[in-house]
Amino acid sequence: MTASPSPSSDATRLVTPAMLVLWLVLATVPLWIARVGLYPYLGIEILIWSLYALAFNLVLGTAGLPSFGHGAYFGIGAYAFGLCQFNLIANLWICLAASLVIAALAGALVALFISHRRGIYYAFMTIAFGQIFWTVAIKSHSITGGEDGLLKIVRLPAEFGVVSFDLTDNVALYYFVLIVFALALTAMWRLAHSPYGRVIAAIRQSETRASHLGYHVWLYKASIFTLSAAVSGLAGGLFAMAQLAAFPDVMSLHQSGYVVMMTLVGGGLVSFWGPVVGVFLFLIARDVIGALTNAWMLYFGLLFMAIVLFRPEGIAGAAAAALQRHSLGSIRRQGSSAMRLLFGGERWR
Amino acid sequence: MALIEATGVHVRFGDRVVLENIDLVVPEGEFHGLMGPNGAGKTTFFNVLTGRVKPSRGSIRLDGEDVTGLSSHRIAAKGIARSFQIMTLFDEFTACENVTVALPSFRARGFDMRRAAAGDNGFAESALKILATVGLADKGGVRARDLSYGDRRALEIAVALAQSPRVLCLDEPTSGLGSDGVQRLAALVGRLKGKLTVVAIEHDMEFLFALADRISVIHWGQVVARGTPHELQQNEWVKRSNLGRFA
Repeated sequence: MTASPSPSSDATRLVTPAMLVLWLVLATVPLWIARVGLYPYLGIEILIWSLYALAFNLVLGTAGLPSFGHGAYFGIGAYAFGLCQFNLIANLWICLAASLVIAALAGALVALFISHRRGIYYAFMTIAFGQIFWTVAIKSHSITGGEDGLLKIVRLPAEFGVVSFDLTDNVALYYFVLIVFALALTAMWRLAHSPYGRVIAAIRQSETRASHLGYHVWLYKASIFTLSAAVSGLAGGLFAMAQLAAFPDVMSLHQSGYVVMMTLVGGGLVSFWGPVVGVFLFLIARDVIGALTNAWMLYFGLLFMAIVLFRPEGIAGAAAAALQRHSLGSIRRQGSSAMRLLFGGERWR
Repeated sequence: MALIEATGVHVRFGDRVVLENIDLVVPEGEFHGLMGPNGAGKTTFFNVLTGRVKPSRGSIRLDGEDVTGLSSHRIAAKGIARSFQIMTLFDEFTACENVTVALPSFRARGFDMRRAAAGDNGFAESALKILATVGLADKGGVRARDLSYGDRRALEIAVALAQSPRVLCLDEPTSGLGSDGVQRLAALVGRLKGKLTVVAIEHDMEFLFALADRISVIHWGQVVARGTPHELQQNEWVKRSNLGRFA
């Protein structure tokens, strides 16, 4: 126990040493990924899913709100990118902005209806809204292409006035996505440690107390959900660009479940880095174990169940305990407490 | 002039009447005690005062301003702070962070996403000063969940004080405390007396009779007696009831 408050110095930094190491390692990925039997596109997928999982964790880990239909905003971002490109203007920046803004609007609309709830009621409502968006995507053939999806999306060049970078090559796209990821990660890190992020973390622990301290709990919950949806939409826009199409399956309930699994296995409830760890593990497991057996998800699902039941701190939590010499028991209690808060049904006024 | 003025407060949950025409006037600087048996409606009345429960009828005025039915965050922002019978702290936060989040200056920056919260030493300094007033100066860096029960009670009060309230509502502050803890708390509340308007629900009659300027006795959702501790000791109803043996 410490006698005086000593906030982690990382919390005050915009860019931390851990971020620099991560970016450095990620910058070298195209140089060696093929040599270890993997492929460059996997790197793009990992970055995009990491961005999506970090955005999702603003809601799940930071705010303690169980959103199980978050794939909707990822999918809306993907469709917005394609539809903007086809119907409005084929400009990378405008299409990505459309992904972000349209997903934010969808998130804000849903937040209006769910932000007075928490726990299992909140979870059910996010699932319901996610299913509505998914159904609309499947049924609106003339707009979204229905179950066939929105095809022939192109990788637009990144234009900087006089200079333009072609992103059709996977390595070029990888570096572009890495830059977007680094910027978004920095912004989310700062957000999590800002007064706003601390208020959100306080609300996670007790909405009642936060409300009696003068915080408009509903507004904070609605705003963090909207922000999370916006960044999820940005990730969706990048995903549409990466796979040259937007499909409704990313909005489905089981795809929404993937990001929950990634985040919890990684340790998103106790660590900012948990979602990134979870995405690495999930996608590598998909490709490595998936090459050996089609039942790879069975094994990952068992791992997920074990983590939820016995190791709520996840992998990043255990690693943090080891690296920062925190007590594993303390971090585990934090994880258990966060898990309980997620599914508590307390309603505030 | 009365700082708190509750008039004809009536609360019903379905068919059940919980509060019936409660009137309460608390002048600025008064320590007003609320006592009564369990289930009498004391906490419900607190919940009405602090915006957690909307009254079915009646009004609450704070310094003349009608605050009836306002949500808890708006009432808190107007200067009514409360502690809870069942402790409600941010357990993952340190004691210092618990107090920091309660500071009005922090609340004013609640939507600030650009700066790091920990980068502003002014918050920590203010929080440590408040922690010192409740005897937790050396425990600012300890997570709330790791504090002893007595320290957690003190932290509850520190969090309420951090709001710079005009009215401090304490819901059974001595609940679960040993005799040492009660003495410490009595000394702390005694120091606040006169500087702050306090409304306290309390079952520890010794504590309440020693500190309160006036006491209201609530039973079956009604105020059945009111007066100074000395007056209550002479009150026939209080003498007849179980509460009389404490008085």
